[in-house]
Order: sequence, then C-alpha cells, then structure tokens
Amino acid sequence: MATFVWLTVVTALRILRRNRLRAGLTMLGIIIGVGAVIAMVSIGEGAKLAVQKQIASIGTNVIMIWPSAMTIGGVRGAQGGAVTLTVADALELKKKVPVLVDTGWSKRDVMQIVNGSRNSNSQVHGVSPSFLSIRDWSLSSGGSFTQTDMESAALVVILGQTLVDYLFEPGEEPLGALIRIKNVPFRVIGVLSLKGQSLQGSDQDDVAFIPFTTAERKVFGTLFLGSVGGIYASTERVEDLPGAVEEIRQVMRSRHRLQNGDLDDFTIRTQVEIGQVQEGTSETLTVMLMVIASVSLLVGGIGIMNILLVSVTERTREIGVRMAVGAKRRHILMQFLIEAMTLSVVGGCIGILFGVLAARLTTVIAGWPTIISSDTVAVAFVFSVVVGLFFGLYPANKAARLNPIEALRYE
Amino acid sequence: MTPLIACEDIWKIYRIGDVEVQALRSLSVTIKQGEFVAIMGSSGSGKSTLMNILGCLDQPTRGHYRLGGVEVGHLPHDQLAEIRNRRIGFVFQSFNLIPRTSALENAQLPLFYRGLSLKEQRVLASSALERVGLRGREHHTPTQLSGGQQQRVAIARALVTTPSLLLADEPTGNLDTQSSQEIMGILEALNRDGITVILVTHEIDIAAYAAREIVIKDGQVLSDRVIGDRLQS
Repeated sequence: MATFVWLTVVTALRILRRNRLRAGLTMLGIIIGVGAVIAMVSIGEGAKLAVQKQIASIGTNVIMIWPSAMTIGGVRGAQGGAVTLTVADALELKKKVPVLVDTGWSKRDVMQIVNGSRNSNSQVHGVSPSFLSIRDWSLSSGGSFTQTDMESAALVVILGQTLVDYLFEPGEEPLGALIRIKNVPFRVIGVLSLKGQSLQGSDQDDVAFIPFTTAERKVFGTLFLGSVGGIYASTERVEDLPGAVEEIRQVMRSRHRLQNGDLDDFTIRTQVEIGQVQEGTSETLTVMLMVIASVSLLVGGIGIMNILLVSVTERTREIGVRMAVGAKRRHILMQFLIEAMTLSVVGGCIGILFGVLAARLTTVIAGWPTIISSDTVAVAFVFSVVVGLFFGLYPANKAARLNPIEALRYE
Repeated sequence: MTPLIACEDIWKIYRIGDVEVQALRSLSVTIKQGEFVAIMGSSGSGKSTLMNILGCLDQPTRGHYRLGGVEVGHLPHDQLAEIRNRRIGFVFQSFNLIPRTSALENAQLPLFYRGLSLKEQRVLASSALERVGLRGREHHTPTQLSGGQQQRVAIARALVTTPSLLLADEPTGNLDTQSSQEIMGILEALNRDGITVILVTHEIDIAAYAAREIVIKDGQVLSDRVIGDRLQS
C-alpha cells in the first residue's frame, strides 16, 4: 500500500510538471487563498499583540473612575467637564470596598515646561502616592515620590522619556536638574521607563508627574481642595473586577447622594472592558478573514475539481487499461484523489511561501509588526489538504465508477 | 484435467432503449490449457462480447463461466479485477499503452496493482521486455517506439504477471505485414511455452497461426475446428 501511494504521488507530480501552465492556473485559487490568509493573519496577530501591549500598559487589573458629563439646565456638559470626584471619594472607596488593593487619584493639565532654552507643552499629572504603582509606571532611573514629598507639596518631578528627549541635550543628565513648570522651579528626581503609544494613539511618555498636593496648591490652582480628575483602583485578580465595579458604583452613588433614577455622575471603566472592545474588533477581522479564506479556497477547490473532471475524461482509456490489468475501484479512486491533493498541497505550499513573503514585506515596507505563527501555517496546510480531498472526491469517484469495457472503447 | 475455460449456455443481453439485443445466445465453448485458439466472426457477431466475458471485463447475463474450474461469471467488480491481474493478460488492437510513460513503467503496471515492491516490479518488467525483444528500450516512451514495438510493450505488460491466459483482440489490426508477422511470432513462441492464447481476428492469414478456429455468428458458435498442426519449417 505504501508503495502504491508513493508511486502514485510520484506519478501525480510528473503529470503536474508536464502540464505546468495548466497546473499553475488550477492552483492559483489555492495559492491566492492560502497566501492571503497567511499574510492577513500575520498582520492581524501582529496588530493584536501591539494592542495587547497597549492594554497592559494601562496597568494590571485597573479600574478607572472619571466624572460624567453633567446636564445642568438642559445643557449637557462635556465629558469630565464637571468636577465631581474628590480625594475623599478615593479614600472612602479604599475603606468600603475591601477587594480593592489600593486607590489612587490624579488631576492633569497641559503646562509649559522649560529647561534653559528648551521647552515643551506637555501633560502634567498631579498624582497620589499609589498612582504610579496602580498604573504600572516604573522608573528607569532615580527614585519615586516619598511620603514627605506628598505631605510637604515638594517641588519635585518625574519625567517621561519623550519629555526628557525634548528638554535635555543628548547625553545631558536629567536627574537632579532644575526645570520650570509654569515658572515654578522643580527638581527632577526620576525618569520613567518607556511605555509607548496609548490605545488612542497618543504618546504616553510625553508626560511629567508631580505630587498631587504640589499640583493642587502650587501649579494648577483648584476649584476646591481635594477635587480630582480621575480615581484609579486595582484589584488582586481580574475576576474581582466586575464585583468591585458594582461596589464602587454603590459607594459613589450614596456618597454623591444620587436618588433612584438619577444617572451616575461618574463613569467607571476597567481594563478588561477596554480589552473586550479590542477583542471585538479583532474578532470581526477574524470572521472577515475566514470568509475571504473560505471563498478563495472554495474557488480554488472548484478549479481543482474542474481540471480533474477534464483529466478523467481525457484519460478515460488509460483508466480502462488500468482496470483491465487489475486496478480495483479504490486504486483508481486513490489515484485521482492523490492527484487532487497533490495539486492543492503544492498550491498550498506555494501560497504559504507567498503569504510569509507578503507578511515580511509588510513589516519591511510599511513597518507594521507581523507574527507568522506555526499554527497559522499548519492550519493553512491542513486546509489545502482538505480542499483537495473534498473537491477531488467527485471526479475520483466518477473515474472509479467507469465501466472498463466502455472506458477501453472510449475515443 | 479441468479445462482452463468452460463456458456453458452463456447469454448476453443488452437493452438499448426499448430494443433488446442478444449479443450471445446460449453459447458454450471449452478451451484447454495450452491451446492457441482464433475466434473469428464479422462485426456484430458477438465475438467482442465473448472476448470481454472471457477476459472477465464483462459478465454474462445468464449461464456459467468457469475459469480454471472456478465459477467467475458473477463475481463482484473488485474480485474480477483481482482475477484479471493474476490470471489474464490483454493485448489490444490499439496497444493501449499509457502515454508519456516509459516502456518499463507500462510493463510494470499490473505488478504495481499487485502491490509488489518497486524493485521486484522493475526486475520482472525488464525480463518481460527482454522476452519480447525490447532490451535497451526500457526507457523509451510510446511515441518513441514504432507500432510493432509498442505492441511488444503491450505483450510484455500482459506477460509480466505470468498469466495462464493471454487474450489478444485484433493484435495486428494497426500494424504492417512485417510487424504483424513479428507479433504473431511472439504469440506463437509464448504458446509453445505453455500459455493459452486466444486471438480475436477477422483476418484469415492471422487466424492461420492458431491451432483451432472458432467462428461466431449471431451470438452462437457457427463452427469450431482444428486447423491443422502448425508445421515448423
């Protein structure tokens, strides 16, 4: 049996080589289908990984609370326009919602930051002590804020990488340098590690962190003491997030004295929800890819079936001879199935080659990250085998059911 | 001794639309091992139908066909294929070689379906080709061979399984006189080696190579006679 299969494959390859143009045209559908799938999946996977990195850059198991838009006298304000969250809210949440590991808060504004002749208008965040750890910011050099810095509203700043690049000459040491934020002098005590782009595409590293108390009293000015732009909290485990959100909502509603039927005056978002939106997008993409793949594999398969039907007709006499010298039905069936599968597998392999090449070129030319996983290649390969098997079945069966006498007499 | 072929009251009835065609009508014939028989008859006489049944390519509508004492008249498709592979060699008028495939591979074909290893196939096919005088032409494709040579490849293909029965259907129909004589010479030699040869032809001088002549007409045996010992000069 092994000899039979092996020799049949060799024969099939020879027939394929003899009719190169015909075989090439037949395989085109499979080549394009498999190639497109490999290329698209590689690009998709690359994009997915990039998004996952961005989601991870938010922090671990983070819950974010922002003020909602408030409608006053029929005029709906902008999101975050109202100042409804306070430091007291954050502290209360930590006390009343035990599942929260920690809570932090921040307020931010765009400020001009100056160092000598260089300047930049960047995001300045006034942050609570726990903010950096909740949001997973780490320092590449220097130290973080101390409790004393917070209590005394110290004039110290931690800079993001982008800002360091703007404000300092290459090679100039930022640590210990004196810079000015809105004309207030600050000592640089730390530099953050690189975080990259946010999901919205903004540069997360174009940022400066100062103690919340400093921001409130010495730089931003404030409507009332203790108002914050956002509250951040984290839980130990991802599974705790939905429960924590519900508890936070209850606590906040009662603190803000909202009646039944009143809308929340705050918005709660978790990292998981943000991730889900992204997953939704990539799922849509995956479904679309699958549709494209099935259509092109279908077209490719029909091409194979078509050429095999032609081949069966052309070689009717040969089939008759083979039957006369002792080929059983399954021998003829196998022969044509193997020919179909040879076409689809060779086509599939060429398609894989083209797909990988296309993905590489995308990375080189467009600079998009691509990931060619062995799973994708394996699935594409299996699919091409299955297509050959499926679409070869009808012609092969037709060949195997020929009557030997009529086949021998066929002109 | 059991005869190689024993046909008893064989009928073959085709139905083409509403018309019933009786291709063979109660035909009986017995052929012993080692005979050289010519089956003759005009076209439409039923000789091709008989040939197909004898070669296990077709089955009789009614009646018994015993090959080597075994009833084979009503076996399923695959078992008939097995019998053709083991016991019967075919030679056709139009050679019926597989195109663009070497003489050696054509001769290997029956062994391929028997499931022998490639090495065994090659050895047996080479010796069969040598037996029909085609040594050195193993790797020629049919288009590179003359008609006579192609028919020899076909004979080698029939021989390679050492069959007990060789069926030749108008084997010289597409050949010139010279090649015809060569092919008939080979068939004669094979018969001398003990292979039963059944020859279907309508040419009297080709039939003359045989030792027995069966004439078929309207699906029945018209005459069955010994046509003299072939005298070797």
